[in-house]
Amino acid sequence: MGASLRELRQRRKSVTATKKITRAMELIASSRVLKAQQQAAKALPYTRELNRAVSAVATYSQLDHPLTRPVSNPRRVAVLFITSDRGMNGAYSSNVLKTVSQMRQRLDEQGIEMVRYGVGRKGIAYMTYRGLELAAHWSGFSDLPTYDRAVEISDRLLEDFLKPYEEGGVDEIWTVYTRMQSMLTQTPRARRILPLEVVEGVREVSGEELLPLYEFEPSPEAVLDSLLPLYVRSRIWFYLLQSAASQLASQQKAMKSATDNAQTLIERLTREANQARQSEITQEISEIVGGASALADLTKDDH
Amino acid sequence: MSVLRVEVVAAEGIAWEGDALSVIARTTEGDIGVLPNHEPMLASLLPCAAEVLTTDGNREVVVLDGGFISVADNRVSLLSPGARIAAEIDLKAAEHELVAAEKRLNAGEIDDETRHHFLRAQAQVKAARMAQGH
Repeated sequence: MGASLRELRQRRKSVTATKKITRAMELIASSRVLKAQQQAAKALPYTRELNRAVSAVATYSQLDHPLTRPVSNPRRVAVLFITSDRGMNGAYSSNVLKTVSQMRQRLDEQGIEMVRYGVGRKGIAYMTYRGLELAAHWSGFSDLPTYDRAVEISDRLLEDFLKPYEEGGVDEIWTVYTRMQSMLTQTPRARRILPLEVVEGVREVSGEELLPLYEFEPSPEAVLDSLLPLYVRSRIWFYLLQSAASQLASQQKAMKSATDNAQTLIERLTREANQARQSEITQEISEIVGGASALADLTKDDH
Repeated sequence: MSVLRVEVVAAEGIAWEGDALSVIARTTEGDIGVLPNHEPMLASLLPCAAEVLTTDGNREVVVLDGGFISVADNRVSLLSPGARIAAEIDLKAAEHELVAAEKRLNAGEIDDETRHHFLRAQAQVKAARMAQGH
């Protein structure tokens, strides 16, 4: 009896310690998710201006650029997936990886080869553990991406995209990232980056706003040439930021439910411990009472 | 009198915004000055130190590392991934970078990247000097 009481108390102590940790992680995540959201919001003007410029060039010039030229029957497709570096964020990474394997199935059915590019240690470890090859991978910045990293990734992707198929080039590039819809919902999404789908004259430029007749310097083609790589980088930058915010939000959520679970566990263990203590006391009392009455009977018999 | 609404947009956020009387930047075709009521224009930029003459008479210097300028309806956007205002630049570090870039260029590494690097360093030094002399 005494042993079980001690055991229960020990377990309660350890759960309390765990709860402290998860609570701290929840608080850290919630302050960082705000920062990540602000960072994502600050990057918006850049994306908006780029979108506007690309739309403008697309509207006023004949678009025929290697980066926008669609491939009629793609044979090899690159998939860039963005996962986290560390765990403790619920199903964040595994949701992304699930989407990747769904994509793979679909591509397999169409007889298209898939090349993987990974961001984040979790995803990289998942792939290497299963012996799946990664063409390139990056890690160490999943919760705090910088623009330089986005440049690094997109330059590598662009390089492989512009290579001819025979030399290992890819026909399309997709990203699987996690979209931050709200603090409560983050959904993994697959989006095509290349070839670019330039929707002429629309896309985040509001409907009523007419694009002015721009003068291009030196020429629309040259402007487009320098614009499109920037556009690809800004897409990837945007996806990295979204994923970082989602990762932290999902971490906050996971840690919150861990804290809540720890709390209910503590309550249960406390109750059990109290019960054990009570029954121990009851037993002791009944032992004493029993002993005393036995003793009393004994002395009565003596007289 | 109409003024220009200027936005200097970097990848990580807006580096500077405000009203201005003129903007000078270096495009691939050469330096251009933009005054109010300029015709709509989109041009590629070289790494440069752009000058913005603000409505309150100040001269704001921003370092751009490429990107492009768009002008329409008295709105000027200087879009450059690594845009920074000159006051934030450490002159010593920029000079160092320039020397290193020059060395690499002289060593015969003449490709787009080193040239870009050199121009950017040059622009930084120029902008930092302009900001200090101000």
